[in-house]
Amino acid sequence: MHSMNHPVTLFVQCLVDALYPEVGEAVVRIFQKLGIPIECPTAQTCCGQPAFNTGYRKEARSAAKRFIEIFEGAERIVCPSGSCVHMVRHHYADLFADDPEWARRAKEIGARTYELSEYLVDVLGVEDLGAAYHGKITYHDSCHLLRGLGIAEQPRRLIRHVRGAELIEMKDSERCCGFGGAFSFKYPDISAAILDDKVKNIVATGADLVVGCDMSCLMSIQGRLSRIGSSIAVLHIAQLLAG
Amino acid sequence: MSEIRTEYYRDGARKAQQDPVLQSALAAAQSRIGGATAKAYMDFPEGPGLRLLGHDIRMKAIENLDILLETLVENIQKKGGHVHFAKDGREATEYCKEIALSRGVRRVVKGKSMVTEEIGLNSALMEEGIKVTETDLGEFIVQLAGEHPSHIIAPAVHKTRREIGKLFSEKLGIPYTTDPPTLTQAARKALREEFLSADMGISGCNLACAETGHITTVSNEGNIRMATTLPKIHVVFMGMERIVARLEDHDILLRLLATGAAAQKMAVYVSYIGGPRTPGQQDGPEEFHLIILDNGRSRILADEEFREILCCIRCAACLNVCPVYGKIGGHAYGHTYCGPIGAVLTPLLVGVNRAKDLCMGETLCGACQAACPVNIDIPRMLLSLRAKLADGDPQWSVTRSSLMEKAFYMAWAGMVRDRRMYELALRAVSGAQKLLPRREGWVHRLPPPFHGWSIHRDMKPVSGKSFIRRWSETHGRRGEGGNEPR
Repeated sequence: MHSMNHPVTLFVQCLVDALYPEVGEAVVRIFQKLGIPIECPTAQTCCGQPAFNTGYRKEARSAAKRFIEIFEGAERIVCPSGSCVHMVRHHYADLFADDPEWARRAKEIGARTYELSEYLVDVLGVEDLGAAYHGKITYHDSCHLLRGLGIAEQPRRLIRHVRGAELIEMKDSERCCGFGGAFSFKYPDISAAILDDKVKNIVATGADLVVGCDMSCLMSIQGRLSRIGSSIAVLHIAQLLAG
Repeated sequence: MSEIRTEYYRDGARKAQQDPVLQSALAAAQSRIGGATAKAYMDFPEGPGLRLLGHDIRMKAIENLDILLETLVENIQKKGGHVHFAKDGREATEYCKEIALSRGVRRVVKGKSMVTEEIGLNSALMEEGIKVTETDLGEFIVQLAGEHPSHIIAPAVHKTRREIGKLFSEKLGIPYTTDPPTLTQAARKALREEFLSADMGISGCNLACAETGHITTVSNEGNIRMATTLPKIHVVFMGMERIVARLEDHDILLRLLATGAAAQKMAVYVSYIGGPRTPGQQDGPEEFHLIILDNGRSRILADEEFREILCCIRCAACLNVCPVYGKIGGHAYGHTYCGPIGAVLTPLLVGVNRAKDLCMGETLCGACQAACPVNIDIPRMLLSLRAKLADGDPQWSVTRSSLMEKAFYMAWAGMVRDRRMYELALRAVSGAQKLLPRREGWVHRLPPPFHGWSIHRDMKPVSGKSFIRRWSETHGRRGEGGNEPR
């Protein structure tokens, strides 16, 4: 079956589910626009990354097993977060290092789990979704997306095809935004200092919109922009592309 | 042992953040070297994949460390050198002190060496009334100021020209100037006198070569060459992991080291030293001692999870790209090794609990691994250390760091396995957050333990209706997990 006819299963990311449901809806609209059937298991919650990154592996394993049970029947899993895909694709292996049976199941799921921009560009070969945005956009490379999954060019291609949009690269786009999960509230001053560099680089582009592929970084950037009273908007790439 | 202050990470970080001079020095250093290194990796004739080959070479050496060390020792002894294995810092300093005192050594010149910093060698020798002079320019500055290095290869990165000018005019008696060549000249003059009058030279070892029986020293100033050839006695301190099998490995690793450290193709001075001068040779020391230091390294070697950290060749490339190091500098880490490499190595050397902020105070951005010339997976090991803190670990004598947090994640684990409970929790948060102060729809202040977030940023409130609820309302509860299998 050609990829364009292949149904996808939405792995929504807990942060999107709870705080940014509009991002999940944008992903759904993108696949509807492409005429690709989309499923969404309603029992899903979280892949386990927050626990894993803080060291709570037993708890992360428990979440991961549930994730595997829920998504095991899905053929193509798409997620609007590079960080969560990195977790499923790469860290599940560490999590089940001592458990060959679960490790096998995790590996199989990992191979079928894609980040949204990666799925659109690499699997579907779609770069132009017919979206329009009139203004200047700058793009933030999220760390796990960039260094974990090697995704840098795909989102940029998608943005370049947006009508009326001008992509302006920020300085040090590949540098961390300072979020780091629990790091952001456990070491707030260090986190904010790193974030401020990011915000400074965003502002310097003159863009009126920051786009990224991970709501976690974007939530932090948006939270700082809001605090300093900036008018720069923040959107997940799905929202930009869904139009 | 040099003083361990890892418990004061937060204080150190705060102080560093409040120091505008340090902040601009760190930003300048990172933007100068960080990017240049990444570019330099692309320019290897073999391509950037050389990093992976470097990793393999180092890993192989670590896995065959016993054989390599034995070969090195035999070869050095054949050339008339003495070798001593020291199980800890105390043994190493005692051995060095014994040589110094029995030979009547009064003045020591040193090449830059982090391992001697790790064991607190300078103060141990100075307590015996021996004058110790650091001869690397950065180390010399730091020593004059009575401080410790804040970067593995650029020890005085935290000091400005003005500070150095003031320091030199106070300590070296020269007229105040901020002109780098004049300052360098003043240091050079002071150091020449030390080189010529020293009875003992001390150096580290960048990377020993087992098959030829040499230690190598690498520098850009030539000071190590003088420190190791002029005095009658040369004592080398070597971390037991700093060795590879063959000379061919050196070709690759020394290029990787210079590139990682300073985006150089090769360091300006590389010396191979394998023993005292032989009859007929004009230069070199009369006595050569190699002290091979364990000090916690064999414990790391014994643990497969952390063995990889011993691949480190101390180039400091990870410091130059780390967003956290870029904000807090080296002193905040509270021990010899700072930055991402220190965040893994220091807890393993000094104790995971007392260095817990080093394990937790990182964003896991992965820039360190990408910058590492031998591709060490530092984030993986930070995660492993965090796992030890979360649940405790008898092998490393780690106790659980927070019972509260454990209880939170246990409750969380129950919730994420049951969408109905999870949904109830989301609704509870969504309801409770109505009590929090807001501005234009954003939450302005969060309760503990999340309050750190809202010091500097606003928070998007939890949605009144989760995505899954919205989906279920329009699509019904279908899909893989719709039946809620338990």
